[in-house]
Amino acid sequence: MSTQSRTALLGNGVRRLTEPRTIAILGIACGILAFWLALPPWTVRSVGGPLAAGFVALACGIAVVPRGERKLGWWAIALGVAGTLGAIWLQTKEAETLDSILTAGVLASTLRFATPLAFAAMGGIFSERSGIVNIGLEGMMLMGAFFGVWGAVWSGTWVVGLLMAMLFGGLLALIHAFFSIHLRADQIVSGFAVNFLALGVTGFLYSSIYPGGIETEVSRVPNVQLDFLYDIPLVGDLLGGVFGWIMFAVVILSYVILFKTPIGLRIRSVGEHPKAADTVGISVYGVRYGAVVTSGVLAALGGAFLSIGFVGTFTENMTSGRGYIALAAVIFGKWLPGWAFAATLLFGFGFALAIPLQREAGISENLISTLPYVLTLVALVGLIGRSIPPAAVGRPYVKG
Amino acid sequence: MADEPRASTGSAVTEWFSTRIGGVLVPVAATALAFLIGGLVVAITGNNPITAYKAIFAGTGLNWFFPWVSGDARADAANDLQQTLILMAPLILTGLAVAFAFRCGLFNIGGQGQYWVGFIAALYVATNLEGTPRPLHVLLAIVAAIVAGGIWGGIAGALKATVGAHEVITTIMLNWIAIFGGTYLYEIGGPLQGPQESIPRSDEVFESAELWPIWGSLPALHAGIFIALFALVVYSVILNRTTLGFEVRAVGFNPEAARYSGISVSKNYFLALAISGAFAGLAGGIDLLGFKFSVDVGDFGTNFIAFTGIAVALLGRTRAVGILFAALLFAALEVGTSTRQLDPEVFEPALAVDLATMIQALVIFFVGAELLIVYIWRARTLLRPGQAAQPELKQ
Repeated sequence: MSTQSRTALLGNGVRRLTEPRTIAILGIACGILAFWLALPPWTVRSVGGPLAAGFVALACGIAVVPRGERKLGWWAIALGVAGTLGAIWLQTKEAETLDSILTAGVLASTLRFATPLAFAAMGGIFSERSGIVNIGLEGMMLMGAFFGVWGAVWSGTWVVGLLMAMLFGGLLALIHAFFSIHLRADQIVSGFAVNFLALGVTGFLYSSIYPGGIETEVSRVPNVQLDFLYDIPLVGDLLGGVFGWIMFAVVILSYVILFKTPIGLRIRSVGEHPKAADTVGISVYGVRYGAVVTSGVLAALGGAFLSIGFVGTFTENMTSGRGYIALAAVIFGKWLPGWAFAATLLFGFGFALAIPLQREAGISENLISTLPYVLTLVALVGLIGRSIPPAAVGRPYVKG
Repeated sequence: MADEPRASTGSAVTEWFSTRIGGVLVPVAATALAFLIGGLVVAITGNNPITAYKAIFAGTGLNWFFPWVSGDARADAANDLQQTLILMAPLILTGLAVAFAFRCGLFNIGGQGQYWVGFIAALYVATNLEGTPRPLHVLLAIVAAIVAGGIWGGIAGALKATVGAHEVITTIMLNWIAIFGGTYLYEIGGPLQGPQESIPRSDEVFESAELWPIWGSLPALHAGIFIALFALVVYSVILNRTTLGFEVRAVGFNPEAARYSGISVSKNYFLALAISGAFAGLAGGIDLLGFKFSVDVGDFGTNFIAFTGIAVALLGRTRAVGILFAALLFAALEVGTSTRQLDPEVFEPALAVDLATMIQALVIFFVGAELLIVYIWRARTLLRPGQAAQPELKQ
């Protein structure tokens, strides 16, 4: 009994410390700190401090706003942005060496890291909103990455690459859906097996189709040349490529479909209370199949971005855990498309900071790379109680 | 999992059949099916599946057990078998790390992080404390591995117990923290980098901390296999013969019922993940002290042993004996498909490695789905449909 009450006490203590309000205030403090560190007497020392503080401020803000602490949360986000941008701007004014690295560079690579995560996160939202846990996002991304290249090489055009990626990502998702929905297998076990299967299948096909690596030039998804947009620093980075456009469209569409259309209402009701949905005539299985396959298609697009959108080649296990980060972003953003997207941008920013910080401040890139993961962990500790997943997530439904 | 619940309304004979024979038949059938599909894939790529499987089998060293193999072939088989058994030890332990949590209704996907944390802790002890006598030094390093792994698992357990953070997400995050953190420690300029400045590699362990070689030399089979076998016994005893094990199983079977009968669910969640972590940490410790002796940062991203451990635990149906055989199977499969063992003329090792991954995935699929088939079969008589016992997965 005493252990139990002690655990409960500890739980309460942790909970109080991690109230959204407390976190929001911490975020505001960090935002102010970031700005203050960036101000003249400190400028020459190191850019790491203000950037890290700004990062934490952003993280706190993004974590708490969708969880109800709106006013203080927005303040934390605003101060985080101001602190970060202020740091970058002041640093570039002071020391010219930082110019190339920290303005366009960081923002562009934030987008590069965030894009595949955003696609997979939107996919994860569809699947989880319909009540199917999808830790197979990683594998579906990997399928997209491989079949994107395969389609592009085979046909000579990136359009077919994208279609192939979507097709095979959807097929893998169909396997997950079949095992989770009809066979009622443990969804986490099935999702895990999906990841393993994708690793094996893509590796096998890659080694047998391209024994000497991919030698031909791969048709890559082009950049859109809109000069008037390209010159604006942030906007140019955001909208510089076809993938950027698709990503924004997908995020907005995900929101609209899920929250403004009858289809979205069906998906959500199936995820919250399948029995009730069934009673009013919604096909629970049908909706779940649709949602899981959609998640596979979207995750595969994210994978295709890695291969034909960016580097123009494929390497074994090239997604290296991005699917899991996308899953974390889904939870971080509380199963809401907009906030999950903000979380992917945040994680992208964390990864993007790693390289310049190593170069400029001497902080190990690998050490900084742990940041997004630590952050997710902290966010989970603090906010999981308030991030309520779809009620029926993980539970198979048996037609009555 | 599948053997629960005990209270079946069927006759004693059907009960015995489904728990004993059914418990063996299904994993065997799942494995056979997975290998069959793997064979089809081989055939599609234009190779002969039978010769490919034969070549893989020849590399596993299992033919050492055939009395008619003699002379050079026997010596080769002995070498191969040593490699299989070296790999089998950590696979047993990472399998146990998944199985123990599974019995408590938790899915420990963080074996890889726990493995690395145990590895690093053992490495720290084994590269320091110079002059410690051998058995003590080995013991200290192993204890360090167990404790570190236990802490890493315990973090996920504590988060689950106090704030209900889902263990799948937290253990995945902890995996990456361990992988990047480990890379940081031994990278060029890292705090624990070894003597050569241009090589991102740790120090070598002191000889006094190495596990005893017992058979062969390339590298030798080491005493870690006995530690792993002993861990199997410990696992079985804890689960089946102690109050802790009873509580863990009760929570895994039905957390609500366990709570009403006065068992602290959160305490058991914490303990189950901490003990799971200890098993995986031990795996890292014996790998280091048995044959790796140091670590290169490249190893951190390319080692999937704990993920194979998930397949081991599921195929072995979280039973000690099952885990033993499943670990042997997957160890043999990995060794048999390694570049070192497989003749590229017969079957390309690059393909074989991925074939092994595919077979593992298929085994997980089939065993996972089968668990449910058993549930459904039971559920007909025991429960209303849809309420079949499932590990609690809501977040």
